[in-house]
Amino acid sequence: MRVNFTVNGRPQEADDVWEGESLLYVLRERLGLPGSKNACEQGECGSCTVRLDGVPVCSCLVAAGQVEGREVVTVEGLADFARQRARSEGTRGSSGGPGASGTSLDEARAWQARGAGPHTGEGAELSPVQQAFIDAGAVQCGFCTPGLLVAADEMLERNPSPSDADIREALSGNLCRCTGYEKIMDAVRLAAARQSEEV
Amino acid sequence: MSSPKLPPAFAQGGAPTGAPTRITQGSKTKGGIGESTLRPDGILKVTGEFAYSSDMWHEDMLWGQILRSTVAHAEILSIDTAEALATPGVYAVMTYDDLPAEVKHYGLEIQDTPVLAHGRVRHHGEPVAIVAADHPETARRAAAKIKVEYRELPVITDEASATAPDAILLHEGRTDHHVGHVPHPNIVHRQPIVRGDAEQAAARADFVVKGEYHFGMQDQAFLGPESGLAVPEEDGGVHLYIATQWLHSDLRQIAPVLGLPEDKVRMTLAGVGGAFGGREDLSMQIHACLLALRTGKPVKIVYNRFESFFGHVHRHPAKLYYEHGATKDGKLTHVKCRIVLDGGAYASASPAVVGNAASLGVGPYVVDDVDIEAVALYTNNPPCGAMRGFGAVQACFAYEAQMDRLADAVGMDRVEFRQLNAMSQGTVMPTGQPVDSPAPVAELLRRVKAMPMPPERQWESSEGADVRQLPGGLSNTTHGEGVVRGVGYAVGIKNVGFSEGFDDYSTARVRVEVVAGEPVATVHTAMAEVGQGGVTVHAQIARTELGVARVTIHPADTQVGSAGSTSASRQTYVTGGAVKNACELVREKVLDIGRRRFGSYHPAWASAELLLEGGKVVTDGGEVLADLVDVLEDEAVEVEREWRHRPTEPFDLRTGQGNGHVQYSFAAHRAVVEVDTELGLVKVIELACAQDVGKALNPLSVVGQIQGGTTQGLGIAVMEEIVVDPVTAKVRNPSFTDYLIPTILDTPVIPVDVLELADDHAPYGLRGIGEAPTLSSTPAVLAAIRNATGLELNRTPVRPEHLTGTA
Repeated sequence: MRVNFTVNGRPQEADDVWEGESLLYVLRERLGLPGSKNACEQGECGSCTVRLDGVPVCSCLVAAGQVEGREVVTVEGLADFARQRARSEGTRGSSGGPGASGTSLDEARAWQARGAGPHTGEGAELSPVQQAFIDAGAVQCGFCTPGLLVAADEMLERNPSPSDADIREALSGNLCRCTGYEKIMDAVRLAAARQSEEV
Repeated sequence: MSSPKLPPAFAQGGAPTGAPTRITQGSKTKGGIGESTLRPDGILKVTGEFAYSSDMWHEDMLWGQILRSTVAHAEILSIDTAEALATPGVYAVMTYDDLPAEVKHYGLEIQDTPVLAHGRVRHHGEPVAIVAADHPETARRAAAKIKVEYRELPVITDEASATAPDAILLHEGRTDHHVGHVPHPNIVHRQPIVRGDAEQAAARADFVVKGEYHFGMQDQAFLGPESGLAVPEEDGGVHLYIATQWLHSDLRQIAPVLGLPEDKVRMTLAGVGGAFGGREDLSMQIHACLLALRTGKPVKIVYNRFESFFGHVHRHPAKLYYEHGATKDGKLTHVKCRIVLDGGAYASASPAVVGNAASLGVGPYVVDDVDIEAVALYTNNPPCGAMRGFGAVQACFAYEAQMDRLADAVGMDRVEFRQLNAMSQGTVMPTGQPVDSPAPVAELLRRVKAMPMPPERQWESSEGADVRQLPGGLSNTTHGEGVVRGVGYAVGIKNVGFSEGFDDYSTARVRVEVVAGEPVATVHTAMAEVGQGGVTVHAQIARTELGVARVTIHPADTQVGSAGSTSASRQTYVTGGAVKNACELVREKVLDIGRRRFGSYHPAWASAELLLEGGKVVTDGGEVLADLVDVLEDEAVEVEREWRHRPTEPFDLRTGQGNGHVQYSFAAHRAVVEVDTELGLVKVIELACAQDVGKALNPLSVVGQIQGGTTQGLGIAVMEEIVVDPVTAKVRNPSFTDYLIPTILDTPVIPVDVLELADDHAPYGLRGIGEAPTLSSTPAVLAAIRNATGLELNRTPVRPEHLTGTA
């Protein structure tokens, strides 16, 4: 079958799709977007998390045919997506209320790589949550990272000042085997704190 | 043929400033060792561009699929592949009969593992046949059409069935080098360690505690599944893009089975999604190469999670029998122990795991009289081999439980009892090996105990109980009723590097040249970056030693000498040491060029100690003599060199005596748990760790390693176990639905206190760090649960039924 849908703002057409193929397979093997990961292919690990019409889903559990005519955002499009959101929020004002339960930027920086500047490489434009994952040391093998980034970005969109318990609840569907999650917590706190300072 | 998507080289610009550190080369160059520089592969990993082994893609590639045995132990009466082969889209089906070379087995130490089953399967999920097709689903369906007729055999599942007089032998006619000293052919290896006279010392004991402990089978559960792409080459060879822990070890095992010389099997490291020991053994490497050579097309194999549980070895489950004695003033008199590890159907790393379990079996304590025996069995259970902690984990779980019980018997505080018996620099190990670098065991315990305690009833809020902070969490099983708190401590000892006389070297090629007006260093090793951050550290070392800002890390491949395995906490020590050594040799050559070109202009070229710092040649007094750019001009300086740490010796096969280990590594944990005693649910509130790291080359990464290792130890304590049916030897829970690893909700805050006491034998004084935190984490959590519940709890993982008395 043929599936037409939008990925990261671009119309895409996948041909010769077998009906049993998942959205994850079509993204990875047919559209050249392997950023969404295949750690379990049974909806348990969250490494394949993408946004489908805005909602975070395990793309391994979505049949390719179900995305016909719909919009998908993957980790490859996350920086663009965040930029556009920031632009539209800039005209509307911040969507979140005052951060009663969040972490202040100073506190969030307490763990930060000592003396680390913002630049770690070749000038790629990153979303705040992507940059925070690098700065906080939240990336080791990195296989869980794309799914966590999509999930964390979506949580911060809904809840710009999350408490630690909010972060844990929102990310509880994303397994990480390397970090023990502490530096992922640090990264999300940092992204939230930087975001609230900008507003 | 278009080239496949390859793992990229990553480059990192001058990194930020940090606190100066005392190092041989001075500290003026930013981004050197001791700073928390950021990962050079970080941007690729957060943008989804980092090419993992399962992301490899090639035009015209086929998909490989493995058919695995559905039973644990059987004779294969027949295999009928006709229907599979006739399936449209299928390019090849291969069985044992299609293997091209004389060599049809592989293995890390003992080549006892069939590439494809030959007349017999010895464990559930053993590879029987392989298929290549144009779509992964076609390959799966074709594999399902292969008809295998089995005649089932009795299964061997434990020590009693393995060593019974009439036991079926797992491997008849063994010729490996352990067969001469094992008491039964179903025992892979046996290592006794006898020192002093435990029997006589026991007579001096005022208190004796005996215990029997059971340790469950843990899975590495790395998230990136076993996968790779094999591309046939025009010269009849093959190029394999692969996620592994040791490229050259893979190569040595792959080439003979393909019937190819090693130079016709080229290997490039693809992105590795975690390893933890589970990628030391081969998985799909040979199968992908066989199918690629058979079909003449690139072949990609990617396991799904179900298959991954069958596709790699696990951590050995163990039964451990311990006897400890102490005098009434709390001094250990003796330790006797017997550790029985279940190695499963094939040897894998079992012999080395036995050596570790035995030699580290009493833990970080001073005991002069010991009688230790460790064995690994051949059974029909899943094969077991390397996993983070490697033999020391199982022992630590048991000896730390014993230390608590003995402290209680003596009537001492559990931490003070440990400190009283703690080893230190100069202590002689049960193997007779003196510990000749810092061993701050008592200090680590002091530090972890001194950390502030998490507040009581932290789940209480103004709006009532926050169930998210309670055992059971959002299942809303308690609002605090029936919840009790417990605290537990543990400490452990792990060896660093490959032991027992192994030639544990690494190789580094370092080049420095001027690129676009700037001096650039390139570091090329075969080190498998599996997430640990070795690439970050290599760049830091090159900056420190060569004084350049820009360092390029060349992709790891077999075009350079072996780096050894990314395991045993050894890569920063050994390949880091190799990179440092190669950099020093490059530096000397650069300075020679400088002396040749500019020596006549300034006497300091001949008389002063010269350094490379900030892209310049400077004297140790800080005077700038020349820019590196001017020294090098268009000349490139390159050195490739092997580097070795101090040699080790094998353990004597009767007494276990010998200087078997390179270095030791220590961590201590304090666990705080809350237990819902009515439902048997455990919430770990905090898991604090203190560890000596010698020298933190990258503090951010060091803490990340400690927290990750701690969490894997937590997993063994309360969640993780591969359940093998005791009657059929079949795996019951091969999925993330049924095999649970800690989520962010299960994992507590993990405060870390890092101690840096230099080991003068190691590069920069560093200590391998990756494994030690996995050891003491588990027994600390168990001790805390015992403290909360008063239960004995002699097995791990602890399940609700063990806490409610309904097991």
